[in-house]
Amino acid sequence: MSYPNKPLPPGTPAPDFTLHSTPDQSVSLHELRGRPVVLIFYPADWSPVCSDELAVFNQLLPEFERYNAEVMGISVDGIWSHTAFADDRNYQFPLLSDFEPKGEVAKEYGVYRQEGTAARANFLIDPEGTIVWNEVSPVGINPGAGGVLDALEKLEGAKAKEPAR
Amino acid sequence: MSGTYTEPTLTVPVNDDDWTIGPADARVTFLEYGDFECPHCGHMEPILRELRRMAGDGMRFAWRQFPLTSSHPYAEIAAEASEAAGAQGAFWPMHDTLLANQQALAPEDLVAYAGQLGLDARAVATALAEHTYEPNVREDFMSGVRSGVSGTPTFFINGARYDGDYELDALARAVQRAARAAR
Repeated sequence: MSYPNKPLPPGTPAPDFTLHSTPDQSVSLHELRGRPVVLIFYPADWSPVCSDELAVFNQLLPEFERYNAEVMGISVDGIWSHTAFADDRNYQFPLLSDFEPKGEVAKEYGVYRQEGTAARANFLIDPEGTIVWNEVSPVGINPGAGGVLDALEKLEGAKAKEPAR
Repeated sequence: MSGTYTEPTLTVPVNDDDWTIGPADARVTFLEYGDFECPHCGHMEPILRELRRMAGDGMRFAWRQFPLTSSHPYAEIAAEASEAAGAQGAFWPMHDTLLANQQALAPEDLVAYAGQLGLDARAVATALAEHTYEPNVREDFMSGVRSGVSGTPTFFINGARYDGDYELDALARAVQRAARAAR
């Protein structure tokens, strides 16, 4: 099968996948129809503590809940690494393991790098399963979460119900 | 790899509600989004102090709160303590104290620092217990998120995110460049 050589653009149906989120649980994208989905591709677990964009997303979960959005991280790390990493950092959202075949989902979304990991890339998928926004960062730069929040605000039908907290 | 990417800029300019040192009409405003429990912020503080000394009145320095609580359990309460000290006119002394004592930021430590700084420690203790200043911290955090801050410390020089080296020389050059551009 051939893969896109650049990130799937807005308007593209989001490729479905089923990946482990814990050693005995998995998540399928199609099960999340009806809700916006934020997919955060990142290169690897165990990046330096203080420059970790995942920590920012974790802290923003109440904001994403206002939009009924599901936030998921995804990297090529194995599920046991994810489990230890999430425990260590107190992350409250699932980390999906794109491990076997390695990087398959990253490849389908056009964000797999030759180094063997996913790029830092964020996608927003609308409740109907279509990619409506993406963002890919230069190597070494964390994109943060501002772009995703802006895109969520614009997403039709995803209206904030009430201020978080 | 191609893809949409927008260089982050500061969405909320430094204003009268911010904690600042230096003249408001300085040519350069240097903003730090920081976390009092982040070791990198602690490491940077002597460097930034030297930068402030070098730049003198040519630079205004500002701090906004960006506590990452999943990594740093006391970052939020320490940020609130600095706001509480600020309400008593002592934000910067508390800021300096917290960054110099990153290993001891439990609530009882924070109240003790308030006492050592000659503040009304009971008022600080009450503010911490009631999270009086949580909205202030949250407002800073969200302005950071909207400006592309994804970790600490993150610096903005005249509203543009600084992605260069964190050595004193490189920072000083960036400040000089910004000063020239603002002339």
